[in-house]
Amino acid sequence: MATKVVERKPLSIWERSYLPQIVGGLKITFKNMFKPTVTLEYPEERPEIPPGYRGVPTLVRDPNGREKCVSCQLCEFVCPPKAIRITPGEIPEESESRHVEKGPQEFEINMLRCIYCGLCQEVCPEEAIWLQDIYSFTGYSREEMVNDKQKLYELGGTLPDPYYKWDRKKQAELEGNPHH
Amino acid sequence: MDFILENPLILALIKSLLVVGVVMGMAAYAVLAERKVCGWIQGRPGPNRTKLPLLGDLPIIGPFLTRLGIFQPMADGLKFLVKEEPTPGHVKRFYYVLAPIVSFIPAMTTMTVLPFGLWKTADGVQPLVLANIDIGILFILAVSSLGVYGIILAGWASNSKYPFLGGIRASAQMISYELAMGLSLLPVFMWFAPETGGSLNLFNIVQAQGNHYWNVIPQWTVFFQPLGALIFLVSLFAETNRAPFDMPESETDLVAGFNTEYGAFKFGLFFLGEYTHIIIGSGVFVALFLGGWNLPWIGLPAGILGAVLSVLVFLVKTCALIFLFIWVRWTLPRFRYDQVMNLGWKKLLPLAVANFVLYLILIALIES
Repeated sequence: MATKVVERKPLSIWERSYLPQIVGGLKITFKNMFKPTVTLEYPEERPEIPPGYRGVPTLVRDPNGREKCVSCQLCEFVCPPKAIRITPGEIPEESESRHVEKGPQEFEINMLRCIYCGLCQEVCPEEAIWLQDIYSFTGYSREEMVNDKQKLYELGGTLPDPYYKWDRKKQAELEGNPHH
Repeated sequence: MDFILENPLILALIKSLLVVGVVMGMAAYAVLAERKVCGWIQGRPGPNRTKLPLLGDLPIIGPFLTRLGIFQPMADGLKFLVKEEPTPGHVKRFYYVLAPIVSFIPAMTTMTVLPFGLWKTADGVQPLVLANIDIGILFILAVSSLGVYGIILAGWASNSKYPFLGGIRASAQMISYELAMGLSLLPVFMWFAPETGGSLNLFNIVQAQGNHYWNVIPQWTVFFQPLGALIFLVSLFAETNRAPFDMPESETDLVAGFNTEYGAFKFGLFFLGEYTHIIIGSGVFVALFLGGWNLPWIGLPAGILGAVLSVLVFLVKTCALIFLFIWVRWTLPRFRYDQVMNLGWKKLLPLAVANFVLYLILIALIES
């Protein structure tokens, strides 16, 4: 195999004096002094959260304002640090979304335990639990760090999904086709 | 009032307090400058939060000064004053306490003989200096190198390995660069011997640099002894323990070097001593090589205006040099220990000797 001999010129005395390199370095740092800073000055400036960010887990409503969670407890089972606790319950007779059958009576996520892994969001068949863009969640007591159902919906808001799964089911029932 | 001003003791006291105040202030703000310049070079804003209640609330100036970190040194100073003073159990207590003082005093002492301006009156020119002694530069060389005793003492008294290594490095480095430093200065004094009558007085040297060759080139030493200036500057970096020669501290391999076991005000004294050393070193370089308070082609007016102007020119030049110190620190990586020794003994010392011999021959040729 042919080898290529790389020719290295011996350094001149001027180069060996190390001074040109020092001057070059000084030039670079001097230019850097006038470049804009890259610091994000945190409390005043906030970082832009990219889509798909895994922040604090929240519960969402569908466009009708109905809570999406059907209390299947899959997230509770999958949660590695056991941060989620759900108390399932019947949906009251007079409620408009009675046909959904089940909903959470109480839904707690302990943010001291949560590891932001996002498995709950992945496992949820109803797309009811979402890790959103809240990245700094603080409190003064342990109790404050446990998000109850009301807080979770406050943080979560509404998911603008176009499926209306439960509406379609209700309609099918009304049309006499319960096993839609 | 008159009798106060005519009493030489009180006058000397006022003068010295003034000079100490200015130098201490400059040391505090040199620390700020270091942090700011470091920040800018690294793409950060540097300290920009500390705010004084009244001054910081002014409409436009307040936020501007706050962004610039002008109030930071006050907060830093206050912090050093009120901090708890822990003394580790394993130190040799007497020397441990003595070391910061020993390293701080020489830095403060050298400023007494450094002339920083002149006062032109009808009866002649008066130097603005605390003590206008004839052995000027010898005094500075002798006393400033005493500062290393503080570092060695700190390294030894701390009774732990990293400070000890730092102290050893400091002593070796100081010995190596002192020689080159002294030798690089000799041609300066020989060159100006016709004007100064061969004295070592710093004021006379600066005054001699006020002339021009053929009325065009300012007679600043740096223009006709560039090699000597370079050697002196490099030695100055080494003597003041600044990067790339901060062997005694070398925070990457010796934790914090000689001051590892120090905290609170004792550390503050080391810190202040280091920056005072830089300021005085810059002042000496300005006086010896950059023409001191002389401006090229422009003479200074007589009276109080001239005096203020001369001090200002001197301060501006000194600050520029302090900036160079900071700039170099955040540009160059530290030398390895053996590289420092190599540079000192094998490169700078022979160069300084060659420089000395060259100017010896040159001066002999010019004078004959």
